[in-house]
Amino acid sequence: MYSQGLIGADTQTHETPEFLEAFQAKIDSEQKIEANDPMPQAYRNTLIRMISQHAHSEIVGMLPEGNWITRAPTLRRKVALLAKVQDEGGHGLYLYSAAETLGVSREQLTDELLSGKAKYSSIFNYPTPTWADIGAIGWLVDGAAIMNQVPLCRCSYGPYARAMIRVCKEESFHQRQGYELITSLMQGNDQQQAMAQDALNRWWWPSLMMFGPSDTDSQHSDQSMAWKIKRFTNDELRQKFVDATVPQAELIGLTLPDPDLRWNDTKNGEGGYDFGEIDWDEFWRVVKGHGMMNKDRLAARRKAHADGAWVREAALAHAARHATPDVALAS
Amino acid sequence: MPLWEVFIRPRTGLNHKHVGSLHAADAQMAVQAARDVYTRREEGNSIWVVRAEQIVASDPDLAAENFDPAGDKVYRHPSFYDIPDEVGHM
Repeated sequence: MYSQGLIGADTQTHETPEFLEAFQAKIDSEQKIEANDPMPQAYRNTLIRMISQHAHSEIVGMLPEGNWITRAPTLRRKVALLAKVQDEGGHGLYLYSAAETLGVSREQLTDELLSGKAKYSSIFNYPTPTWADIGAIGWLVDGAAIMNQVPLCRCSYGPYARAMIRVCKEESFHQRQGYELITSLMQGNDQQQAMAQDALNRWWWPSLMMFGPSDTDSQHSDQSMAWKIKRFTNDELRQKFVDATVPQAELIGLTLPDPDLRWNDTKNGEGGYDFGEIDWDEFWRVVKGHGMMNKDRLAARRKAHADGAWVREAALAHAARHATPDVALAS
Repeated sequence: MPLWEVFIRPRTGLNHKHVGSLHAADAQMAVQAARDVYTRREEGNSIWVVRAEQIVASDPDLAAENFDPAGDKVYRHPSFYDIPDEVGHM
């Protein structure tokens, strides 16, 4: 009567004003919503969309870094990268399992990713041509992800919040290994420093785009905030990320690729960085499938899924052959 | 009489946690019995029961083989990576 048991079940609720009011009151009193609790259909749909996009992002996110495992310059860097990519796979699975508690099946979610219907984080549609990109991804991309994910540990939906607690706990090494990698390049020769600067130049703006559209343009933000699915707006999280990251860049001698970036003592009452306008045309272009790597990423996922078909079939055939009546679970 | 393993959610927002087992003829009676046996003092607000025979456990004799390899993988932990002190918490 949990995850799998809910799949395809009738999850309709009667959404009378009283029901919606009681649901909101529960949220407002900081009570978690659990899988079997009644919930508005729109709350369920929002979470399915959000958690499955998050899961897909973890899985597709393995590709740009996996690209460098065989070419890591030392064994130390190689085991770190392997462990990190392995974590991303695990995070995808935690999240798919949280999504399944809402009544969708894994097969359906996989199909939506492979058919291109589902979205995943656009950041993974940028290429990783140099080793410094691995540092930039850990430091900036995982740094931005952590900004997003820490508040999700308090999300109103229990299974998502609990998955995020696990993810955040494991995520902490990802950013540090990336920053360490970039720092060691900045302590190297001119070419190595230039490589680090070039990676920052290419990853900075896409990292800022990871927080999504500006609050004035975000179609999902208000309701998600009211339902306490999200705790901060896109722009609030983006500002926190900029304020945390700029000093980290300056400390190791990197220059942020933004001529409009400057400290503003009075920003939001407590001081913060002013920064330049994001290229929203680029943002929407990549979201809509026209980034440099969109086609390659989907092709790689489709190939992996197709290449793995015989393994799934063989495992099921093996299980069926060895099944005894008592444990005949596979069907 | 089948054996059922009982899991209780202490509070909304937390995972169900294994608390023990009981014998009951069917699932419904198992849930009722679990309510009577394991939640008399507000120990929880949700119950799961699972037929004990449906639980597959790892082999205790393979514990070393299964779990020791994680012991020397220090690079899976944040403290393995050196970053400048000035950065503070990351």
